[in-house]
Amino acid sequence: MAISDDHQHKPAPKPTPETEHYWEGTKLGELRIQRCHACCQAYFYPRPSCPHCSSTDVSWERVSGHARLHTYLISHRPAPGFADEVPYAIAVVELDEGPRMMTNLVGVDNTPEALVLDMALEVAFEPRGDQHVPVFRPRSET
Amino acid sequence: MNVRAQSAIVGAAETTRIGVVPDMSALEMHAESARLALADAGMTMADVDGVAAAGLSPIAVAHYLGITPTYIDATTVGGCSFLLHVRHAAAAISAGLCEVVLITHGESGRSRVGMPPRVADPTSPQGQFEAPYGTLGPPTMFPMGVLRYMKETGLTHEQLASVAVAQRKWAANVPRAMFREPLSVEDVLASRLIAYPMHLLECCLVTDGGGALVVTSAERARAMPGPNPPVYVLGTGEAAETPLVSQMEDFTTSKAFRLSSAAAFAEAGIEPSDVDHLMVYDAFAHLPIYGLEDLGFVGRGEAGAFIAEGHTSPGGSLPMNTNGGGLSYTHTGMYGMFLVQESIRQLRREASAQVPDVEISLAQGVGGMFMAAGTLILGTAAAAGV
Repeated sequence: MAISDDHQHKPAPKPTPETEHYWEGTKLGELRIQRCHACCQAYFYPRPSCPHCSSTDVSWERVSGHARLHTYLISHRPAPGFADEVPYAIAVVELDEGPRMMTNLVGVDNTPEALVLDMALEVAFEPRGDQHVPVFRPRSET
Repeated sequence: MNVRAQSAIVGAAETTRIGVVPDMSALEMHAESARLALADAGMTMADVDGVAAAGLSPIAVAHYLGITPTYIDATTVGGCSFLLHVRHAAAAISAGLCEVVLITHGESGRSRVGMPPRVADPTSPQGQFEAPYGTLGPPTMFPMGVLRYMKETGLTHEQLASVAVAQRKWAANVPRAMFREPLSVEDVLASRLIAYPMHLLECCLVTDGGGALVVTSAERARAMPGPNPPVYVLGTGEAAETPLVSQMEDFTTSKAFRLSSAAAFAEAGIEPSDVDHLMVYDAFAHLPIYGLEDLGFVGRGEAGAFIAEGHTSPGGSLPMNTNGGGLSYTHTGMYGMFLVQESIRQLRREASAQVPDVEISLAQGVGGMFMAAGTLILGTAAAAGV
């Protein structure tokens, strides 16, 4: 699938103080999530306390970027900035570390035939405004 | 605290017109339905001491109508808000905080007259972690789990389409429904894709309209009977899961549906098999499937076949969405008000597609994209044992 160069017109995230570290990472090509030291669980989206046990004893870690395609749909109507890409998939992937996140899928036809649930993926990054967002592409498991 | 059958809905009405109503603002739709619901209850504005609304402020609605409320509920958690308003009103009335609560809905969902502007906040969790991926309203978010559900349960595209077909069968007998022509599974699957796997006819309408309810104590309903039989509030529930659809705990079931319905069944002291009539919020065709399973009407993975086999259609064992639902009747945006209106019509024996012998009706609402849920179990005087 051709990825549009029209990234400036796609909705761009605007970091808050609590999410800045995440967005600094994506600019460096790193996917960073948080892990709780009290209950040992990794979690997403970024916030200073663990959603599983409420502990604030949490820290950031760079994760592998390996994930599996958990579920998706294929939008036939373009959101702003996506006019050149319809139909395009909006997906939820499950990171090897556990948390799930919404994303787009690149390097693969965005069709029901090509997008098979639980297929192996790896992270890549795409600009949105002056930020970079994680997207995912197929990963060879050999 | 169990407040089973301590309060009753004694007035209910929808706006005179629903569907395409470009000559009315959202606020006036709140107001017209309020006037009609109070007339239906045999009351006047002077009887009202509590006001609840979503979409617009209950204070804006109250002032517009000339009411000075001393109980105010602005709970706004999407389309199920009005079911939560009934729950809160029942508790507040039982606690003595108020006596007569007016609950209003009005939304110019289609014509956008007098509607607050839609704003996207790029700093919100949605703005940072979902919107950059091209979400465009509910069709690109709500059905996110459907392919996962299909993989895990074997639900077919034909079974999913049969939800729209079943509800159109009900709508055929409902003059106020926007779409009434017969529909086949093939028609649904031939309609254009909106967000695969969802076709146009598996997505709800976008309409204008409103509705209102009047809730009071069962005691007052008996002491000062209105023109219509009271509908008793037998059990209620509410729950929230996540404002981000991407963060659902399990994409094949709604945690909020499970929690809110369990609370309502416990309070009412009944089982799913005791329910004569069911309304499940159908913004999209997969919601009744999730609802049937999460509320315990059928087992895991059985809902698609259950609907496709006609069990929820006219003549079936579990009449569901008998107004035609959001897929065929109307869907203003926060459709939950219309679930409750149809439950009340069925219990009063005045529905267009009347089901025989409805004593207990359950209305299951959803808010956001499986963000929140509200459940009402409503019953006749006989079911309430009063």
